[in-house]
Amino acid sequence: MGVYRAVLAGGFRRYATYRVATLAGVFTNAVFGMIMAYTYIALWRVRPHLGGYDETQAVTFVWLGQALLTTTALMGGGCETELINRIRTGDVAIDLYRPVDLQGWWLATDLGRAAFQVVGRGVLPMAVAALLFPLAWPSSPLVWLAFLVAVALGVVVSFAVRYLVALVAFWLLDGAGVVILSNLVALFFSGMVLPLTVFPGALGTAARVLPWSALLQVPADVFLGRAGGAAGVLGRLAFQAAWAAVLLGAGRLMQSVATRKVVVQGG
Amino acid sequence: MGRTEVRDGTGGTGDAVIRLDGVCKVFDVYRRTGLLRRERREVRAVDGISFEVARGETVGYIGPNGAGKSTTIKMLTGILVPSGGSVRVAGIDPSRERTRLARRIGVVFGQRTTLWWDLPLRDSYDLVRRMYRVEPARFRANLDRCVDLLDLGPLLEVPVRQLSLGQRMRGDIAAALLHDPEVLYLDEPTIGLDVISKAKVRQFLAEVKAAGATTVLLTTHDLTDIEQLCERVMVIDHGRLVHDGDLAGLHAVGASERVLVVDFARELPAVDVPGARTVRVEGPRQWLSFPASASAAPLVAEVAARYPLVDLSVREPAIEEVIARLYGDRASL
Repeated sequence: MGVYRAVLAGGFRRYATYRVATLAGVFTNAVFGMIMAYTYIALWRVRPHLGGYDETQAVTFVWLGQALLTTTALMGGGCETELINRIRTGDVAIDLYRPVDLQGWWLATDLGRAAFQVVGRGVLPMAVAALLFPLAWPSSPLVWLAFLVAVALGVVVSFAVRYLVALVAFWLLDGAGVVILSNLVALFFSGMVLPLTVFPGALGTAARVLPWSALLQVPADVFLGRAGGAAGVLGRLAFQAAWAAVLLGAGRLMQSVATRKVVVQGG
Repeated sequence: MGRTEVRDGTGGTGDAVIRLDGVCKVFDVYRRTGLLRRERREVRAVDGISFEVARGETVGYIGPNGAGKSTTIKMLTGILVPSGGSVRVAGIDPSRERTRLARRIGVVFGQRTTLWWDLPLRDSYDLVRRMYRVEPARFRANLDRCVDLLDLGPLLEVPVRQLSLGQRMRGDIAAALLHDPEVLYLDEPTIGLDVISKAKVRQFLAEVKAAGATTVLLTTHDLTDIEQLCERVMVIDHGRLVHDGDLAGLHAVGASERVLVVDFARELPAVDVPGARTVRVEGPRQWLSFPASASAAPLVAEVAARYPLVDLSVREPAIEEVIARLYGDRASL
């Protein structure tokens, strides 16, 4: 376990190295958050209680999206780009001869990244938002705790999906197209465009049971107290955990096929 | 052609740390032959290689680009699964038990780095300690020794991305040795380094070798690495071992030649000296080729006595030429 803790800590410090980039990111979050917040306000004035949220909750949802944008990698930008690059250049050979599991290594790296970004790119945009808009804050410390667990599980689900996407590079050798597709899907089905509760019918149902809802919709519902009591919250967390287990399992399977069958590139 | 006998039995010959027996690696390469048709072609990157390396031995493993060196090393680390034959490293089948083997070997790829790019060198070493579960006291001692011998002291707090290639390579070599690996694979450890950095790396590897605990397989294009570090050299070409023996033997087998470059006071017709043949004439400069095993002194004396000699130099045979000649001989058999 010590190894993975060290890898996690290293992942955290790697991202913490680039402070100016983080500040620039927070600025972007703030600008996008404001544009989206005013768009939502306009929408909710016309259609109050859209998706079951009042205006304050809707605006809070927007800022939670900004806060989790890099943490749960709603538009990508986690370890997958690096891993794809390492597969393409053959550097993945180095990862493979370490006495460490490949998936575990990259999960730890990604958790370290997320741990930094929840502070660097999560707390700061929320603080900016709190100065500009009235927000719907959790009513008790327990809700905060549940929210943090939901975010952590969201990161794991997000990683598990991106790891699968990255492994495709073992066959395609260039993962750029798959990454773009995966990011588009994540952007919509996480609830980043609009809360998934807004979508009616089969699309809405599908969106809510797909794994991407674990990245933003579930943590936001827990934060906003819309998961429906303790049982509801535990149910949502179990939903995330189940997806995490299934997708990590699929990743392991694909990893063992990839490493046994596929050529490691380059001399 | 060196050792070709195959020793059998699972117990092996006691001290062989690396043992390859008829190892092949075949890749399928596809070539487009039409809009939708493609043709499958087999490439035998490694084509029936057998050798053994004893504990504590330092062996050079050389050959032209694409000869199968890196493919062999990848099979020895378990990253690639052999298509045929058997591989044993420290008694372990690498591709079956890659992770267990990984604790007992060290690998340095000259063209890649194992270090954490954005973080100080020290962080990568700390990770190595945890990854290989090295006891703190032993880690301390190993790190101190590497820092001392590789001049890493001032670099420990520097982020790896700010290191020069030579500094980074020294950092990588240290990282590969902190867990006392039984076997060390060095894949072109001096590639791209300047003369001083190369010398430092070689000096360090000579110390590792002198300690005697580590078995080293060294891949390189620099013949000096081999000359200074290895008694034994294996040459691979087109996936086959074409030589396994000492370096002198390689020159003898490869019928390699040195070249004496002479500058005369004026333009002369091609000179004729016993024991050498003039291969090129360009103005007052001429190139005389002679066997690498022969001494240059009598030849120089002869030329100086008979012709108006102004200047001279001796060019050593390039490893690629030796190998090319080796392979040429094989092809003509």
